[in-house]
Amino acid sequence: MRKDGGKLLTELREVDFALAELVLYLNAYPHTPEALAYYHKLRERRAVLKEEYEKSCGPLTAMGNESHSSWDWTDTPFPWEYEAN
Amino acid sequence: MWIYEKKLQYPVKIKNPNPALAQVIISQLGGPDGELGAATRYLNQRYSMPKGQVMGMLTDIGSEELGHMEMIGAIVYQLTRNLKPEQIAGTPFAAYFVDHTTGVYPSSAAGVPFDNKYTGVKGDALADLNEDLAADAANTQEQRNACSAKDQLNLLKLARTSCFLKHQIIIIPQHHKRIALYDSNQRRAYLPT
Repeated sequence: MRKDGGKLLTELREVDFALAELVLYLNAYPHTPEALAYYHKLRERRAVLKEEYEKSCGPLTAMGNESHSSWDWTDTPFPWEYEAN
Repeated sequence: MWIYEKKLQYPVKIKNPNPALAQVIISQLGGPDGELGAATRYLNQRYSMPKGQVMGMLTDIGSEELGHMEMIGAIVYQLTRNLKPEQIAGTPFAAYFVDHTTGVYPSSAAGVPFDNKYTGVKGDALADLNEDLAADAANTQEQRNACSAKDQLNLLKLARTSCFLKHQIIIIPQHHKRIALYDSNQRRAYLPT
């Protein structure tokens, strides 16, 4: 299991950042079709990235432990540790 | 309720310990204008908001502030790894160290433990949103300049300010309707629309 997400993690962070901003925009301007369309586009990309990340680097959430033989949730570095970044 | 994701919103990768810097940055975590205060403020103000849009905004921003809290915690944690004794004894960090060693204890740079007095919840939408504007726009430039995530934090704070302004605009027409019907001394927040 790879410990460092590298490019995958970087892109996931970028997509999540954009999504967080989009959510706030839609909270203020809910009737904006372009914003909603972009939100769905990013969501699709996020799903792909998340799946790839969890397969190769470990679970993103406690519900995301893919392995049936090992409990990786506590076995991979936590985000505040140097190696996790 | 909350789901936790095992990644920082923005990476923290600090090679060289610097406890003197940690001493300053910790204010962004537990100080009067820090992230713990922000999260507490928004997540508690949201209950009494009159519209779903504003409840949503405060929930989403409050949750994000918890993530920022984590980033600052990570910064303080990494700045205080592998310390040499001379980096502690006789430095401003010694005072923090004697009570907390290298644990992360939400407090201000001056050593004041986090206090809920830093947050205001009035149950009045405009008052609460005004408090948010004041708090999020607070001048913590010094601390942010010292952070590795300063560009991101600055961008986010600017964006948040415009969020609070926009939601005040959403609330105002409703608020004026109430003012027209009731005496201005009335507590309006819990009255029917």
